[in-house]
Amino acid sequence: MFKRLSLPDAPAQKTVIVYFDGRQVTAQDGDTIAAALLSAGVEACRTTPVSGSPRGPYCMMGVCFECLVEVDDIPNVQGCQVLVKDGMQIRSQHGARRLG
Amino acid sequence: MTTHDLVILGSGPAGMAAAATAVAYGITALVVDEQPAPGGQIYRSIESTPLKERRILGDDYWHGKALVDGLDDPRIDYRPGTTLWQLTRRLEVGLLQGGHASMVQARHVILAHGAMERPFPIPGWTLPGVMTAGSGQILLKSAGLAPSAPVVLAGCGPLLLLLAVQYLRAGIPIAALLDTTPAGQYWDALPLLPGALRNSRTLLKGLGLLAELRRAGVRHVRHVTALEAEGEDRLERVRWQCGNDPEWHCLTTPLLLLHQGVVPNTQVTRALDCAHDWDERQLAWQPRRDPWLATDVEGVAVAGDAGGIVGAKASAMQGQLAGLGAAIALGRVSEDKIHGEVKRLRRDLARETAIRPFLDVLYRPAVHWRLPEDETLVCRCEEVTAGEVRRMAEQGCRGPNQTKSFTRCGMGPCQGRMCGLTVSELLADANGQSVAETGYYRLRPPFKPITLGQLATAAEDTSG
Amino acid sequence: MKTYDFAVVGGGLVGSAIAYGLAKAGHRVAVLDEGDVAYRASRGNFGLVWVQGKGLEMPSYSQWSMSSASLWPSLSEELWDLTDVATQHQAPGGVHLCYSQREMDLRQADLTSLAKATGGQFDFAMLDHQQLREMIPEIGESVAGASWSRWDGHANPLYLLRGLHAGFLRCGGTFLPGSKVHRVHQRGDSFVIEREGERVQAERVVLAAGLGNRLLAPQVGLHAPLVPNRGEILVTERMRPLLNLPTTYLRQTGEGSILMGDSHEDVGFDEGTETPVLSHIAQRAVRALPALANTRIVRTWGALRVMTPDGYPLYQASLSHPGAFVACCHSGVTLAAAHAKRLAPWIAGDSLPSEIAPFTAERFDVQTVIPA
Ligand SMILES: Cc1cc2nc3c(=O)[nH]c(=O)nc-3n(C[C@H](O)[C@H](O)[C@H](O)COP(=O)(O)OP(=O)(O)OC[C@H]3O[C@@H](n4cnc5c(N)ncnc54)[C@H](O)[C@@H]3O)c2cc1C
Ligand code: FES
Repeated sequence: MFKRLSLPDAPAQKTVIVYFDGRQVTAQDGDTIAAALLSAGVEACRTTPVSGSPRGPYCMMGVCFECLVEVDDIPNVQGCQVLVKDGMQIRSQHGARRLG
Repeated sequence: MTTHDLVILGSGPAGMAAAATAVAYGITALVVDEQPAPGGQIYRSIESTPLKERRILGDDYWHGKALVDGLDDPRIDYRPGTTLWQLTRRLEVGLLQGGHASMVQARHVILAHGAMERPFPIPGWTLPGVMTAGSGQILLKSAGLAPSAPVVLAGCGPLLLLLAVQYLRAGIPIAALLDTTPAGQYWDALPLLPGALRNSRTLLKGLGLLAELRRAGVRHVRHVTALEAEGEDRLERVRWQCGNDPEWHCLTTPLLLLHQGVVPNTQVTRALDCAHDWDERQLAWQPRRDPWLATDVEGVAVAGDAGGIVGAKASAMQGQLAGLGAAIALGRVSEDKIHGEVKRLRRDLARETAIRPFLDVLYRPAVHWRLPEDETLVCRCEEVTAGEVRRMAEQGCRGPNQTKSFTRCGMGPCQGRMCGLTVSELLADANGQSVAETGYYRLRPPFKPITLGQLATAAEDTSG
Repeated sequence: MKTYDFAVVGGGLVGSAIAYGLAKAGHRVAVLDEGDVAYRASRGNFGLVWVQGKGLEMPSYSQWSMSSASLWPSLSEELWDLTDVATQHQAPGGVHLCYSQREMDLRQADLTSLAKATGGQFDFAMLDHQQLREMIPEIGESVAGASWSRWDGHANPLYLLRGLHAGFLRCGGTFLPGSKVHRVHQRGDSFVIEREGERVQAERVVLAAGLGNRLLAPQVGLHAPLVPNRGEILVTERMRPLLNLPTTYLRQTGEGSILMGDSHEDVGFDEGTETPVLSHIAQRAVRALPALANTRIVRTWGALRVMTPDGYPLYQASLSHPGAFVACCHSGVTLAAAHAKRLAPWIAGDSLPSEIAPFTAERFDVQTVIPA
């Protein structure tokens, strides 16, 4: 859905490696989790607890709570508000959360 | 509990200007913001954006640099990555930083937490691949991310046009710009044009954007009257109708960015039980404020778009005004002494906001974009449709609170942010009463979810 | 002016249950309720259908609660058939957690005397930590044990209210929301109920306006010395099932969120929440179920309980104004079934259920009763 622009004069960013459902994702330092997933072609990050329908980030500004993912075993983290860190284990969520 | 003279929520134009103004009167200010870096929505990532070529994001963006630099002042305690989860009428402030909750006491509070995009409930708006124009812009500014295939933009309002132009400048193809501005509205707005000319700079910039789109040959579809996002588990197609033409048009696209204006985010002022008024021109709630931007809660002022949409420049001016108000309230300066400065500031503010009535009327979302059809989801979290809300009105629900308790509408993690406006308007319409009479959700902290463990220790940690 | 058989003032749980019972029996009933924002215990409560520990000083309250608990399944089924609204009522039994042996001993003594006072009708069991753990695997180490009673259960109070409303409408009832009733008076054989811009006439009137009864009751020769008592409640994000039976201050709802609460604060008409109180509730919940520590609170609220001086219900027919009744209580969820199925028939002319004979206002303070 999203690609990173190749910008000649952009300062070189450090790469950060995170994992989404076990798959390796290359992100850039300063990316939010949601941005990193979108750039890696992830569309839905969860299914809803009500009907099980798939959802992905919508507002990117902390309002809609659609971007919820499990991060290092903690469920329901707002992906658009948290920055990626090397080695982060991110998981998609299905329905209601379990105990972390 | 540690006491702070001034706590400012938000480091956008209003919050940064408020801080800079207040510290000039010897006040130390605590500025908290959930984002990892200053700038708010408009100047987001200004220090780190990979888009260094100034032309792409435009001068209005880079204008924020001076304000951001102003935060670098020893009297300003700026805390990024910090969420306000609680604020009481006694000005106890609950903060959440790095997973740690604490409480501090404020003497004065300036809320400058800004706006959010107006909900745009169309069929299929919950499909992955449907996002907001604001989110497209955030991804562009903060991560240099842009649509990987031709994108469809839909809706109305200056932000939508701006994003289209920013994409063009960055070489990103736009499949179509579906304009939902109702046909007659150009005429409705016309009488307001003379007033708007007092801020001709902004007006010209708007016209410039339109011209740029035209020159680039973007497919600009006007008078869109129906819009649907379709797809199995993700967005595949966008369908629309124009004017009274019954024919449906269709485009295949993986990404639809929606926008129909911005509205104040009233989550905090509502939870404080500030008085709010329904603004029929902006079609939004606004906390009631006096000329110093103070609310009816002692010691709490609201500056910038959080109090009513005024735009970035006027928000900064309101920030200054609120900063001066804080200096007076905290006894650092007398009103007489700054009389001249305040007069000038108010005059500038009036000139800057002179364009608002024109914009508000021109880009007023038509009623069918605010009151969706029965099958359309209104509450994304609890998956409640417009029809269910209407049924509650039939059963005697006069307002959103009874409706919420009967349907769970507004009870999900977004705490009603995404459905609140729609639900109030739907109920007003169904009950034949005004939105003001219908009211809004009653809200309580936490403003953002906080874990039990954090809450359990919050009352103990008062050191911040 | 149209005359109803009954006007019920107050559309909370108490008023709605009575109105539903009356309408179901074929009476023409109108419910008058306030607008969208009002003091509504019915919207802020915890949702327990609870018996254990109730009525320690007044066994008839325990009996009345057990009667209601027994009638609950049929009420729930009836509402489902009539309206498709599921109250989510479940009666798996409930536990009251104790944190020390001393607490266990005191609890056991209290419940033993309650069992005796009700002639053995109320029964319970004490569980030690191990037995409790078999029921609730996530239970915290610091919980010493619990008392358990088969009488207890829970329901979704919001859906109960919605079901009662919808059922009432299905039975031909008239719902009149919008504003406060400020005056009730007798005219000839009937009552006139007045509110802004409107008058409603009914042969009989039931005051079930929660805390609003304080001002209305004296107008028809009744007395309702009620005080607000604030309870604060926290609710978490939706979770997979982890708590399969309710406890006195922690329960998992049908949607999966965990509700926790039960503070008792004397704060007048203040529905706010206080950080220290919320914090305390959170601490206690984490102590009971340590695994909850990293679950998120998504909402909190304060609501005002409708309290009589001794905490027991008030049901009374006016002697001076025959046909006027007052009904209020704190446990509107628990007692909903009794209100619909036993109190409503009494109001309509049947004999008084024996358990509730003691619940008149005379027990509070004889001097302050408005003379007939
Ligand atoms: C924190 C808390 C936890 C609780 N937990 C439980 C529980 O676990 N189990 C249980 O059984 N019960 C519980 N309850 C109690 C239960 O919610 C109440 O017993 C019940 O809601 C009381 O119903 P009511 O109709 O008397 O009052 P309310 O629900 O307050 O309703 C009164 C209604 O009357 C209307 N009204 C008032 N004045 C007027 C007027 N002048 N004219 C017109 N309308 C008027 C109001 O708007 C309102 O709709 C709890 C209560 C609280 C506060
Ligand atoms: S995308 Fe809306 S909250 Fe994260």
